[in-house]
Amino acid sequence: MPAFTLNGAAVAPDLPEDASLLHALRGPLGLSGTRFGCGTEQCGSCMVLLEGAPAYACTLSLATVAGRSVTTVEGLGTPAAPHPLQAAFLAEQAGQCGYCLSGILVSAAALLAANPDPDEAAIRRALDPHLCRCGSHNRIIRAVRRAAAAMHGATA
Amino acid sequence: MSHGFGAALPAEDGRPRLPGSLHLNRRLSQWLEFHADGRVTLKPGKVELGQGILTALSQIAAEELDIGFGRIRVQSAATPDSPNEAVTSGSLSVQDSGSAIRHACAAARAIFLSVAAQRSGVPLEALRVEDGAFLGPAGEVGSYWVLADSGLLETEASPEARPKPPEARRIAGTSVPRIDLPDKVFGAARYVHDLRLPGMLHARVVRPPARRAVLQSVAEGPLPEGVQLVRDGSFLAVLAEAEWQAEAAARIASRALWAAEDTLPEEATLAAWLREAGGRGEHSLVLERADSAAPPAQTIRRSFHRPYIAHASIAPSCAVARWEGEAVEVWSHSQGPYNLRADLAKTLRCAPEQVVVRHGEGAGCYGHNGADDVALDAVLAARAVPGRPVRLLWSRAEELGWSPFSSAMLVDVEADLDAAGNLLGWRSDIISNGHSSRPGRAPEPTLLAASMLAEPFPVKPSINPPLVGGGGAQRNAIPVYRLPNLHVGLTRLLEMPIRTSALRGLGALINVWSIESVMDEAAALAGADPLDYRLRHLDDPRAAEVLKRAAAMAGWAGRVKREGFGMGLAFARYKNSGAYAAVVAEVEAAERVFCRRLWIAGDVGEVVNPDGVLNQFEGGAIHGASVALLEQVRFDRQRITSDAWETYPILRFSEAPAVQIELIARPEAPFLGAGEATMGPTIAAIAAGIQDALGARPRALPFTPENIAAAMEAAP
Repeated sequence: MPAFTLNGAAVAPDLPEDASLLHALRGPLGLSGTRFGCGTEQCGSCMVLLEGAPAYACTLSLATVAGRSVTTVEGLGTPAAPHPLQAAFLAEQAGQCGYCLSGILVSAAALLAANPDPDEAAIRRALDPHLCRCGSHNRIIRAVRRAAAAMHGATA
Repeated sequence: MSHGFGAALPAEDGRPRLPGSLHLNRRLSQWLEFHADGRVTLKPGKVELGQGILTALSQIAAEELDIGFGRIRVQSAATPDSPNEAVTSGSLSVQDSGSAIRHACAAARAIFLSVAAQRSGVPLEALRVEDGAFLGPAGEVGSYWVLADSGLLETEASPEARPKPPEARRIAGTSVPRIDLPDKVFGAARYVHDLRLPGMLHARVVRPPARRAVLQSVAEGPLPEGVQLVRDGSFLAVLAEAEWQAEAAARIASRALWAAEDTLPEEATLAAWLREAGGRGEHSLVLERADSAAPPAQTIRRSFHRPYIAHASIAPSCAVARWEGEAVEVWSHSQGPYNLRADLAKTLRCAPEQVVVRHGEGAGCYGHNGADDVALDAVLAARAVPGRPVRLLWSRAEELGWSPFSSAMLVDVEADLDAAGNLLGWRSDIISNGHSSRPGRAPEPTLLAASMLAEPFPVKPSINPPLVGGGGAQRNAIPVYRLPNLHVGLTRLLEMPIRTSALRGLGALINVWSIESVMDEAAALAGADPLDYRLRHLDDPRAAEVLKRAAAMAGWAGRVKREGFGMGLAFARYKNSGAYAAVVAEVEAAERVFCRRLWIAGDVGEVVNPDGVLNQFEGGAIHGASVALLEQVRFDRQRITSDAWETYPILRFSEAPAVQIELIARPEAPFLGAGEATMGPTIAAIAAGIQDALGARPRALPFTPENIAAAMEAAP
């Protein structure tokens, strides 16, 4: 029963340590925001932050995350207290089916933590591991820029 | 969004005509319900596919009822209670459902107001509605909420109801934020995939190694604790208590012994196979006219080819099923709950009433994908464990390898020009598998597993809906340009090695591209600019307006030739009866071709949610760019080999073009739909841009270096 920190709280899901983090999140931990898309690190639907860096939950074993800190889309913010990215995605109406958004949001959060003022090329590079089939790419890029501006304003 | 043949056109049935789906679903209580606490439940039969339809329909309802938008809750479609609106497809949802809801809400408002007038003695003319309250000169005399339980909606909609005039609209026509998006940015459990029912088991299918392979045996051996196998003929599934166990158990695939044969054509010679199989196909005439006997001065002869294309939905298909006695309940992201119910019942050889289908959202849906197939898979797996819900999820390989595909096609075009270079005649012949094998329409089920059962159903070749219903392979095959002589022929293949059905745009993708490509060649022969040449062959002012608008946005007239770059322009009116879209594309020819910018002008008639239409237009254009540049189903003689994102790449963030869109406002005009309008002209504009950059017109999709090189070698 490997223990780790999930969105700031200690958890120890009742699964074998070779089970994937994605199964633990969507199963016993009850957080379905992290989505299954391919299971082979090719689409980014399952992206989470491991110690603040983007990581594919579909291939991360619980043994690997033991003792470490994981952040999922649910850990970014809530409707009452949204992360600036979540507020910006709503303001830009950046999404259609939305299935890719959970992974994109956490990757964008990692980008903004490392680079508070990314240009468009940097945003495209950071989001390139993520597939969006509905064609919301440009709205998503605008939303990340909007969030960056809002976070600047807040910290300036 | 989406795609294919929507609600069947209702026959003249002697009843007064009601708008859209209201004609066949006439009771107001089928569509809406008022609650004493000040809320309204809206019950459309169309479903959310990621296209934002539920937001637009809520806007229409709030508008006609004169209530705040926030009072509306949408109930997802389900059998047997929802209005039967057939399939959410064909860019028809606002036409079918929006028109119905607009009229139903206007009718409901009139009934409630007249009852309030009678009860209060205040004349009807003196009453108005403000956020659901009925106000007279002396104040409130009632409300929808006070009268909520009085049964007033248990009546048919009156044909006399009069929706508001366009100038009175305050909510419909504005960019209200999508009602589904907050859940999606906060990671809420919103998809069928997220459904968790008490006692639920997890299932996976063990797929054969080849198309049409027959399961011979499954070697005996121990199974992990809590895991069981379900087999019916060649349908094999595993059931487990936990999802991680189901995934592990699916590895028993190696124990299954299959008899497999070569059943697929040779991919390298797919175009030749289409032509050969077309010789054994079913030929029909789409349209013919001969108004001129003038001899042509020149004739352009070209052939166009496209491969099979995959839906490539971002989530693998999923369904949950639960049997209770002889009845089964299914949660599905199908586009047509009633049609799915019909085919489930046919497969199970039971009455449709024994099956309940409840819609839940899936990932973006662009046509007839695996959603219906996985529902049958879940039903078959759950039959082994009565009373327990079973969630069956496809793998990525199943999603890309076993969903229906959009058919590979060939189109031959001959265009005759007169001495002045104007169009005189047009002959085109299309060879394709059918573009619909949607469930619910044929005598036998079309669901994937139905053909794999111990008592199997035959797989019939897909059909093409008639042109009046939008057509399939022949969609957009008739040029809208002025043509004295015209002959459009269609060959439907009667063999279907690879299962085909409706995908966004259907035949329009290749038909629009082939028409626009030949138009560009004709313009070049006539020494005319591609824009001017189109305008002089167009009689429809709305078509001309979007073309001129897109050209102006892109600076078409003043464009400057740049080494390695090209610009192309294209136009289509979707289905020749839907939305107008003109696209200018800028492409860059580097190690391969990239689409860098798109300028798009559109006319969708009345717009309910402008931002929603922009989102749909842009999504369709980026989807079109992906199809144009990258997409191609790969296969060997036994199986689909492009069953991972590595082998079926789609457009990524680093490659997505910048998109600028302008919509022409037509609040008085009928709805024309939006989801599929930009795909065909985007592909065509990219092809034209490649010609501008490289001097070769591509003849085969996708526009890869190999296919462009072939076009350059073939160039005269």
